[in-house]
Amino acid sequence: MNAVSKAGGEGTHSSPPRPKVRLRMINAKVSRGGALFLGGLPFLFVAIAYLIASAQRLAVNPSDKLLPSPVQMWSAFLDLATVPDKRSGDLILWVDTYASLVRLFAGVGVATLVALSLGIAIGFIPRVRAFLLPFVTVVCVIPPLALLPILFIALGLGETAKITLIAIGVAPVMVRDIANRVMELPSELVAKAQTLGGNSWTMILRLVLPQVMPRLITCVRLALGPAWLFLIAAEAIASTEGLGYRIFLVRRYLSMDVILPYVAWITLLAVITDWLLVRLSQAMSPWAHPVEAK
Amino acid sequence: MSRIVVHGLEKSYGDARVLERVNVTAEAGEFLSLVGASGCGKSTFLRILLGQEQQSGGVVVVDDGPIVPEPTPQRGIVFQRYSVFPHLTALQNLLLVEDFRSGGPFGRVFGARRRNARQVAEAMLERVGLAHARDLYPASLSGGMQQRLAIAQTLLGRPQILLLDEPFGALDPGIRVEMHELLTELWTEHGMTVVMVTHDIGEAFKLGTRVLVFDKVRHDPQFPSAYGATITYDLKLDRKNRASSLEVAKVAAMVGTARPDSAIATTASQRRP
Ligand SMILES: Nc1ncnc2c1ncn2[C@@H]1O[C@H](COP(=O)(O)OP(=O)(O)OP(=O)(O)O)[C@@H](O)[C@H]1O
Ligand SMILES: [Mg+2]
Repeated sequence: MNAVSKAGGEGTHSSPPRPKVRLRMINAKVSRGGALFLGGLPFLFVAIAYLIASAQRLAVNPSDKLLPSPVQMWSAFLDLATVPDKRSGDLILWVDTYASLVRLFAGVGVATLVALSLGIAIGFIPRVRAFLLPFVTVVCVIPPLALLPILFIALGLGETAKITLIAIGVAPVMVRDIANRVMELPSELVAKAQTLGGNSWTMILRLVLPQVMPRLITCVRLALGPAWLFLIAAEAIASTEGLGYRIFLVRRYLSMDVILPYVAWITLLAVITDWLLVRLSQAMSPWAHPVEAK
Repeated sequence: MSRIVVHGLEKSYGDARVLERVNVTAEAGEFLSLVGASGCGKSTFLRILLGQEQQSGGVVVVDDGPIVPEPTPQRGIVFQRYSVFPHLTALQNLLLVEDFRSGGPFGRVFGARRRNARQVAEAMLERVGLAHARDLYPASLSGGMQQRLAIAQTLLGRPQILLLDEPFGALDPGIRVEMHELLTELWTEHGMTVVMVTHDIGEAFKLGTRVLVFDKVRHDPQFPSAYGATITYDLKLDRKNRASSLEVAKVAAMVGTARPDSAIATTASQRRP
């Protein structure tokens, strides 16, 4: 008894004694620094592999275009970002980025609004569910890219068709996911809200909406992957600017020194968007993100 | 405050009959304790009284009319779990009652009414000993604190009938006794009709003015779900006197509690108000 309390007391002052047992793999914790190191390894590995391969190819043929050196890529990227285009006078990188992001966010934004309103209606109101769920389920399995020609024919080659493609591409899955989440609400909570005097509308406002918010943001995060896919596909086919358009344009000249930085740039934009969405969810629904014990 | 009459109530899920021939009349202001073996249909009975589910046969009359087949503010409920809203803090959970009751299409009251509601809510938090936890989300409250919050929330709705489904099932004995005192106080104050399901025989006798036992009287060994449970024992308790240990033992035996003596001990050690 005494020994135990003594040992415990010491443990709180100095670092706790480390037991000399080999833990199972699933129980071995990773420290912060360790996680950083392990997480960085794959990036480092890919970078080194690329550098070696690129250096070898360039040693054989200095005008090789397939694996440009980091310096070549950086200067190509800097040109696009800072030197106005000879014909149009635009800073190409920023024009492309702006055009693509507007399309992406418009498409995903429309999809989000549709998912929120339809998803809640389908999940919460049995009549709407009977009316729309079979339809949404069928629409979900249509490959959106197969609709692309139809959209271009029906809506022209302008922005509307591209935004519509993104919205149609991601909305059905989001609608279904939100509807599912609403149907998963514990029936106890819904019953309780009614005993407190909630009606269908006020329950949507005060119970359903806040409860699906974290899931909605997760949905948007997951939808952004396919949304980029549809964006680049639409831009590749019919566009005059945009990140996807540029990549497919310079592909003709085998300009890997432009394509690779563009892919990295798109990745960076996607990572930042994702991070912002996580922060948004934490700010909007603190209850769904309990503070983790240190 | 409301009288409940149940006559010839039946409930089946498909082929499985859960309840049959349930007859009971609860006078306004009575405190009914429901006990019975696990899975015999007590929660089902409570959900029917709540309006969350509908009976397959028979009638339920509340006051003078047939029961409204959906939950209404007339009937309040505390479940064993999922009883408070996880996306609202303790205080917001209580404010929600006024928001729903008179918040109009926004489901929210504003201005002086909000300040009023806030005062009432804070007084209630104080009352159930949660003043220090007013800004915490339910996820960071203990089980006992969550149940106290749930009871406070339900009572702010001023229900005429209070339905409790094993409200203290997950609490440790010490907190349970505290909760019993709180519930008895609030019940004496508000005088609503209470129907409480519990597995704790001692609790049933201590709090109730009447103990009802649910059990199956008919059995079909080939098809166990052919017959449902009904009320097999209905004991009115005199408010002044405690139940005799004999009666407690009898009910404990019916429900199949392993240790009737512990139930007797809990009951005997408590004084009824
Ligand atoms: N929605 C449902 N569909 C089918 N069967 C159900 C449903 N709800 C309850 N049952 C069945 O009804 C019976 C009674 O369930 P109920 O939850 O009312 O029991 P209980 O007396 O509250 O049990 P416990 O004391 O364990 O809470 C059980 O056999 C259960 O399987
Ligand atoms: Mg139950």
